[in-house]
Amino acid sequence: MLLIKCPYCGVRDQTEFRCGGEASRARPDHPEHISDPDWAQYLFYRENPKGLLRERWVHRYGCGQWFIVSRDTVTHDILDSLPMGDLPPKGRDAP
Amino acid sequence: MVATSYSAFSLLRHALTGHRHWPRTWRDPEPKEHYDVVIIGGGGHGLATAYYLATRHGIRNVAVLEKSWLGGGNSGRNTQVSRSNYFYPESGAFYEHSLRLFEGLARELDFNVMFSQRGILSICHSAHEMEIYRRWANAIRMNGIDSRLLSRDEVRQRVPQLNLDCRFPVTGGFIQERGGISRHDAVAWGYARKASAAGVDILQRCEVQGMESSDSRVTAVRTNRGRISADRFALCVAGHSSQLAAMAGLQLPIVTIPLQALVTEPVRPVFDTVMMSARIHVYVSQSDRGEIVIGGGADLYNSYAQRGSLNTQLDTLAALVELLPMFSRLRMMRHWAGACDMAYDVSPIVGKTPVENLYVSTGWGTGGYKAIPAGGDTLAWTIVHDRPHELLRPFQLDRFSSGRLIDEGAASGVAH
Amino acid sequence: MIRPPLGPFRLASGGRIDRQEPLTFTFDGVPYVGFRGDTLASALLANGVRAVARSFKYHRPRGIFSAGEEEPCALVEIGEGHARVPNCRATVVPLEEGLVAASQSGWPSVNFDLGRMVDFTHPLWPAGFYNKTFKWPNWKTWEGLVRRAAGLGRPLEGPDPDRYEQVNAHCDLLICGGGPAGLMAAQVAASAGLRVILAEQSPDCGGVLNSENIELDDQHGSDWATRTVSRLREQPNVLLLEHTVVTGVYDHNVTTLLQTGQGSTWRECLWTVRPRHVLLASGAIEQGLIFPNNDRPGIMLAGALRHYVNRHAVVPGTAVVVATNNDSAYQTVFDLLHLQVPVSAVVDSRESISPALQKRLQMAGAELIQGACISDTRGFGGLRSVRIARHEGTDLGHRACDLLAVSGGWAPRVHLLAHARGTLRFDEPSQSFVPDRLPAAWSVTGAASGMQHLQQTLDDAALAARRISEQLGHPADDLAVPQVTRGMVEPAEVGAQRPTASRKRQWIDLAHDVTLGDAELAVREGFVSVEHFKRYTTTGMSVDQGKTGNLNAFIVLGALTGRATGEVGTTTFRPPYVPVTLGAMAGIRSGEFYAPRRLLPAHLMHQKLQGQFEDYGWQRPDAYPRPGESLHDAVQREVLAVRSTVGVFDNSPIGKLEVRGPDAARFLDRVYINNVSGLPVGRVRYGLMLNENGVIIDDGVFIRLAQDRFLLNTTSGGAGRIAGMLEEWLQCEWRDLRVLVDDLTTQWACFTVAGPRARDVLTALGTDIDLAPAALPHMAAACGLVAALQSRVARVSFSGELSYEISVPARCASALLEAILAAGQPFGIEPYGIESLMVLRAEKGYLHVGTDTDGSTTPDDVGWGEVARRKAGDFIGKRSLERPANRATDRKQFVGLEPIDPGRALRPGSHLLIGADRQPPAVTDGWVTSACHSPTLDRAIGLAMLRGGRSRIGEIVTVCDEEQRFNVKVVAPVFYDPANARLNT
Repeated sequence: MLLIKCPYCGVRDQTEFRCGGEASRARPDHPEHISDPDWAQYLFYRENPKGLLRERWVHRYGCGQWFIVSRDTVTHDILDSLPMGDLPPKGRDAP
Repeated sequence: MVATSYSAFSLLRHALTGHRHWPRTWRDPEPKEHYDVVIIGGGGHGLATAYYLATRHGIRNVAVLEKSWLGGGNSGRNTQVSRSNYFYPESGAFYEHSLRLFEGLARELDFNVMFSQRGILSICHSAHEMEIYRRWANAIRMNGIDSRLLSRDEVRQRVPQLNLDCRFPVTGGFIQERGGISRHDAVAWGYARKASAAGVDILQRCEVQGMESSDSRVTAVRTNRGRISADRFALCVAGHSSQLAAMAGLQLPIVTIPLQALVTEPVRPVFDTVMMSARIHVYVSQSDRGEIVIGGGADLYNSYAQRGSLNTQLDTLAALVELLPMFSRLRMMRHWAGACDMAYDVSPIVGKTPVENLYVSTGWGTGGYKAIPAGGDTLAWTIVHDRPHELLRPFQLDRFSSGRLIDEGAASGVAH
Repeated sequence: MIRPPLGPFRLASGGRIDRQEPLTFTFDGVPYVGFRGDTLASALLANGVRAVARSFKYHRPRGIFSAGEEEPCALVEIGEGHARVPNCRATVVPLEEGLVAASQSGWPSVNFDLGRMVDFTHPLWPAGFYNKTFKWPNWKTWEGLVRRAAGLGRPLEGPDPDRYEQVNAHCDLLICGGGPAGLMAAQVAASAGLRVILAEQSPDCGGVLNSENIELDDQHGSDWATRTVSRLREQPNVLLLEHTVVTGVYDHNVTTLLQTGQGSTWRECLWTVRPRHVLLASGAIEQGLIFPNNDRPGIMLAGALRHYVNRHAVVPGTAVVVATNNDSAYQTVFDLLHLQVPVSAVVDSRESISPALQKRLQMAGAELIQGACISDTRGFGGLRSVRIARHEGTDLGHRACDLLAVSGGWAPRVHLLAHARGTLRFDEPSQSFVPDRLPAAWSVTGAASGMQHLQQTLDDAALAARRISEQLGHPADDLAVPQVTRGMVEPAEVGAQRPTASRKRQWIDLAHDVTLGDAELAVREGFVSVEHFKRYTTTGMSVDQGKTGNLNAFIVLGALTGRATGEVGTTTFRPPYVPVTLGAMAGIRSGEFYAPRRLLPAHLMHQKLQGQFEDYGWQRPDAYPRPGESLHDAVQREVLAVRSTVGVFDNSPIGKLEVRGPDAARFLDRVYINNVSGLPVGRVRYGLMLNENGVIIDDGVFIRLAQDRFLLNTTSGGAGRIAGMLEEWLQCEWRDLRVLVDDLTTQWACFTVAGPRARDVLTALGTDIDLAPAALPHMAAACGLVAALQSRVARVSFSGELSYEISVPARCASALLEAILAAGQPFGIEPYGIESLMVLRAEKGYLHVGTDTDGSTTPDDVGWGEVARRKAGDFIGKRSLERPANRATDRKQFVGLEPIDPGRALRPGSHLLIGADRQPPAVTDGWVTSACHSPTLDRAIGLAMLRGGRSRIGEIVTVCDEEQRFNVKVVAPVFYDPANARLNT
């Protein structure tokens, strides 16, 4: 059972949260201009590191806010939790 | 070396000499510098692939590289279920091939894998769910595979212990009688033994640490036991597919999540089928040792930890006790988790990759065990012919660009 | 008072039992007497019961081996009927008046077991024999036989009569173990002001202090424990849990504890504790010795024997031999000799023993045999004699004895540390795995960390607690550590296990009947990895999970493969430390508590109306059958009422999301495949939502309440999911959009008045809204008073009839429903349920997402392709619709079906093959998604997804449903009023 720190509410049980997966994905601004493989890249390909992963979680049964957690996928240690806006979206429109 | 055949007779013969002359189950060779085919991953899929390469295609200069001990990943930490009750014809054909191989596996491998066809019973809890199950059960029949819808009374007869009037009363279900469970270790060991006897080098404690490539081909792998080159390479490393693929510069549409299972203390035979409920999420069977084997939902976050979360375990057991109150006083003896490679559509990815001589078998999700024989057979064919086996054509990487996903979960009628 | 019989092996005095409270109990139907303070094991031993179980594989008689939860042999059934529990360790079952215990293995009885045939033919059954045989003719032939031989106790036949509780707790420090180390640490931490939870698995704290003759500050150790416990109990910041075992450690140190109820209303309680720091003070487990025939009843761990002697005043034998590889077993000798129980020999596998110990032994008058081991034992039902031999082979002959105390060294109880991902290293002097790297926020003290000396343990525990307290910001005062004024013999240097060469079986794992021969076979066959070894031999896989045998197994494996034990390593320690009752893990979450029922705001009204309820996430009426009427007939009646006059439907569960803000329209344009920004205020539009993969995930109408304010209807099951999805897009992707989403689903009740007389009913209800078709046409909405209630009225229809949806605050639901029924009475209004609504919408061919669609259905599949294609801007999922698979012509499309025989019912879930009279197996061409008997048309109708269906209108297809085959005609998916004349009245 993970103990997750919501940046707004503090440390709570995993059961209050839902994981939304890799945090750094960004929707292409003009999907109509990109190829099928590039669209597949956005849709289906996610970071899957053995180690540190930045992922988005939502405090579903709490404040309802999405935020970013840096978590080790091997030890499950959580390094930090940041509000959503604190992480600049990467790779916008650069598929 | 000459493999001794296994039988009651040989057991008796060896008993007379105190079992002092049994040969090794598989050889423990030193790595050669070069192989025709190097298979990375000594789990069920890797070993089966090697076995079929050697026995069906005569390619014996093969190595299986296992970083730890063979059969130690998901092959040795699953709930041992085999079935082919799939909705889509593509899945049905593949898993039916696997089920048929399972049916003959003990003879083929000369190793008792204890395949017990005790039926896979899926129960449902509402009229609407019954419609979806009718559609599913009929789909299986359309695929030419056995399945039978059961009324509530028939479910009661099949599983007398079931609490039919649970919070979501049982309305019926369907069963695939030919589905069942087997002994997971035996499957891995059986393939390893026969593959080794056929000339395959199984290299345990041989961890791939890097790959050498040129001209979009992998030329060799660097391991803790030296550099090994080969003409062709196959990745069969459930739970580590992304890492190994990355060594070849390849990204896979896979995330790795934990799935837990647990067993109770063994008790006398009491439960003679494999039962699952999607609404009250749990699946349960009894092993040949008498343990009640229980599985439930996965934890929905990336993890390589091979451990699941407590709350998922509690949810699963609440579901179990709700359905089978008689198990309430049994005790959980051990629980564990595997690392499951999941594609978006939770169907496997088996076949060629953009790297010319690299083949991959991944994305087995939470159900790779049942696919071991067919996965090995078809991947071996694919490696030999350098094109996807007929049964694998739908399971190629290109489906993610074309949109031809095979989403069995989607077919359950619940839009998501 | 008549003194009860003591039992033949009970000492006349001593022990921590209450001789004033005799307790009668039965074992296998025979009545016995023990005392308060006994365990089942000590009471059985006192009564001279030796064999209490049969072994797993060979059906050999087995006795009591240990004195704790590590017991590998003495598994029994406790209780009767539905309260029976199989596989209980007799060693930890507290004796109670009237306790019913029974052996669970052996047929016909534990003393005469026909299964012993397996033992007499044991060469045929080496490890893994089942891998090599039972293949002919097939496994099925043999399976029943093998399965019947496996398993331990019998499971329950009925439901569990007991209750279980679950508790969540937080603390600064969780101390695992209430022995001397745990108590000392608790005292220090408590005085520093930490919130402490101390869990002790046995009924009382004290650990070795209760079973050894130890003195602290010149007083008996158990007195110190008792005093400490009562002091701790007085402190409000300490929670002392006895009968409580720490069972598992999960991520972030979340820890589970299992507490056994003592006369409580609950049987067991599962604690989930989130400590800031964990202190492991769990002690060590004595290990067995490997020698030929080391499994007979009467062979017992030396520490366990001390436990029974000192604590329970039971000496379960008359002639004792001690075999050991370390010093600690000498304490057993001294304790026995102190009680004038003769010990005929001490067999020590080591070549040299400390002179001090030798001298003490000499003074006590026991023979010491160094550099030797037990080379065989005899005794069919229990031990009668042992044979002793020197390591080099010299036979020293037999010694008659009925009790053999063995000690193979001590293994720190590091299970919990391993759960928390601490690492272990093999310590040569103690021949055991000890903690190496500790996890974050963890400490280990006492025997659990490999310490042998009690004084060192007490000092270290105090120090550890001080350190932890300081770390957590609570500096501790100095606290006096008691001085050990009378200690016990410590293990000192432990001799390596040296199994003798013998053709007789030497057990490594008593619980699973694994012998040295099995180990040798495993190695011979190449199962040399510790995990292979475990799985092949099944060592450590029984209910005790190898607590007294695994260490020896690893040492043996190392010896057989020429590796150091540290190199062999251990198998993975997995939770739980001891088996945990499933009921305790499930807690109260069964029956009604498994999932709470969600009731409609007007639930009581529906009950009064005799609604037949079904769980759709909400408890909703399927229909309102009249007395004697079937559900089907009720549905037909209700549908006809709506078609001919008017009906009312409770649509309250429908999802209601309010979306507002300057960018609301821009946002919703990206959410729906339909145009949103062009919708005038006060108007309603139907929309489909997709996921990025282009699949329909929800549908419903949306109303533009104001320029910057929309109300979205979602499917009733989809409200939370869609609200969450909209939030995710807004918070994670389109952070620049100024939009708020509120899920108002439960705030509003909503009733649909539908039918040709719907307008009359609204008029009769009394409203200030202009109901004239021009003022409030189909797909328009208005706010105003209805039946004197603030309402919003929308002209939308899922029945194909003139239809008004009236929304009022949820608290007004019953009032409005009552008013509608009263106002509608002159028109013959009838309430209708979900099943009737499904027939109405099927007649109209209206899509029901989740029934007609699945997780692969796209807009084009259901006839909305044009709308999606024509829409100018981007929307979620649009790009995916352009992929080859989405543009394929053979996709399944939404169609209607009419059986050739109009009375032939279609069933949803039937499959379709294109062409008449087809036979499977064949690749399916589609399936029936909805079907009913249409009362309006008086014929069977169906909706289906059919391969290329839109171009097959008029064709015949075959329905395949189980064994049934029949032909149906493909028609357009609208059976009733295709021109929508009734909607627009």
